[in-house]
Amino acid sequence: MNQALERHLNILDFTLASLLRRRAKNLSLLAIYLLVVFMLASLAFFVTALKKEATIILSGAPDMIVQRLMAGRQDLVPADYAVEIAKIRGVTAVRPRLWGYYYDALNGANYTIMASEDPAVVPGSATIGAGVAKARNLAVGDLLPLISYDKSPVMLEINSIYPHGADLAAADLIVISPDDFHQLFNFPGGQATDLAVTVRNPKEMSTVAAKIAGTFPDSRPILKSEIQRTYQSIFDWRGGMTLILLTSALISFIIFAWDKATGLSADERKEIGILKSIGWETSDVLLLKFWEGLVISLTAFLLGVVLAYGHVFLLSAPLFAQALKGWSVIYPRFQLVPVVDAYQLSVLFFLTVVPYTTATIIPCWRAATIDPDAAMRY
Amino acid sequence: MRRSVKYLLFTVAILAIFLLLPLHAHYIQRHSGDEIKLQMTKLQRLHVTDLCLATEARYTRHLALADRHAPFQEHPLALEHFPSGSMILPNLLTRDTP
Repeated sequence: MNQALERHLNILDFTLASLLRRRAKNLSLLAIYLLVVFMLASLAFFVTALKKEATIILSGAPDMIVQRLMAGRQDLVPADYAVEIAKIRGVTAVRPRLWGYYYDALNGANYTIMASEDPAVVPGSATIGAGVAKARNLAVGDLLPLISYDKSPVMLEINSIYPHGADLAAADLIVISPDDFHQLFNFPGGQATDLAVTVRNPKEMSTVAAKIAGTFPDSRPILKSEIQRTYQSIFDWRGGMTLILLTSALISFIIFAWDKATGLSADERKEIGILKSIGWETSDVLLLKFWEGLVISLTAFLLGVVLAYGHVFLLSAPLFAQALKGWSVIYPRFQLVPVVDAYQLSVLFFLTVVPYTTATIIPCWRAATIDPDAAMRY
Repeated sequence: MRRSVKYLLFTVAILAIFLLLPLHAHYIQRHSGDEIKLQMTKLQRLHVTDLCLATEARYTRHLALADRHAPFQEHPLALEHFPSGSMILPNLLTRDTP
C-alpha cells in the first residue's frame, strides 16, 4: 500500500517538475482551460438559478391572461369582456389588470406601472422597485413626480421599496392605486389592460381558452403554462448568446484535443525515450502522462467551478451583466438563490476532464511503446 | 514539504470547497431573508407575469405577453434589441390560439 502510494507521489513529483519546466506553456494552458470551465459553469449556475426563480415567481401568475388585439397590436379590454368570460363554466374569477409603461425622460428609463387593489397602496402613494429607487435616488417618504398624459404632475409618496432580492420581479415596478393609474395615463374607465382569469380545473384551461377565443374572436388568451414555458426556454442552448458561448467552448476543447492527439513535441518524445532508457516501465510513463493531464484538467475544473459559483451567487454575475444590460437603463441586480445541479456538474466534468486526460494518454502510449533509442533519435 | 504533497493538499482544499457548494446553496435556500419572501408573496398577489430581465423594450420586459410581431416596432432598422433579444428562444405555440 505504502509502496504504491510512494510510487504515485514520486511520479506526481516528477510530473509537477516536468510541468514547471514548461511553465509558460502549461500556465497559459491552465488559464485558458480554467476560463472555459468558468464560463460554462457560470452559465450553468446562472441559467439553473434563473429558471428556479422564474418557477417561484411565476407560480403566482394568473391561470390565464386574456388580451385583446386590434389591428395586430394589443388593445384595451372592455369591462363587458370580463363579465362574459366570468359566465364560462369552469372560470372562478376574472380580474381586470391595469398596467402600462412609463418612459422617464429624465434618465431614459422605462418603468412598469401597475395598479393594485391592495389597501396598503392608498391614492397618492407608491411602492417602487429597487431599480427605480436607484435610478431616481429615492428613499421611503420621498416624493416621486411623474407627468401624466394630460401633462399635469402626479406626485406619489414612496411608502415602501422592494428589496434588491425581489429585483428579478420588481426592479422597474411602480405600484400605485387604480385612481392614480387612471389619472396618470388618462386611462378610460370601464377598460383594462388585460384580464387575469382563474380557472378551477387546470385540465380545462385549453377548453376555456378555446371558448374565450370563440366568444371574442379578437381576444388572445395566454395560458400560465405558456408563460412558464417562455422562461424555461430562456438561455436555451439554441439561443443566440448561449450558442456563441458553447461554440467558443467547444472550439477551445477541439483545439486542446487536437493539440494533444496529434502527438507529442520532439522534447516530450525525447524525455520519454530517456525515461525508458533509465529503466521506467511503459506503465510508469503512462502514469506520468495521466497525472500530467489530471493535474491540469482537475485543477482547472475545480477552480473553474468554485470561481463560477462565486461569480454568479456572491458577485451577482457581473460578467453576464454586461451582456444582458444592453440598452436597459434599469437593470436588476441578479441576487439569485444558489442552486447546484449535480447532473450539470457531472456533464461538465465528463466533457472537460475526461476527454483531456484521455487525449493526453493516447499519443504518449504510442511513444512509450516504441524503442527508447528510436524515441531519443526522433 | 514535497511538491506532490503540496499539490495534493491544494487539490483537497479546492475539492472541499467544491463539495461544500451544494451545502452552502442549501443553507442559503433555507435562510434567504424573510423580508424578501414577504415581498415576493406581495408580488405574487400582483399576479406578475414576467421576470424583469431587460427593461429596454416592451417585448423584452414582458416576453410572455409580447405581440407576435414584437421586433421591428421601435424603428425600421430595429430588428430587435441585441443582446437581450438573443437570450430567449421563440416559444412555439402548441395550442390553437387566434
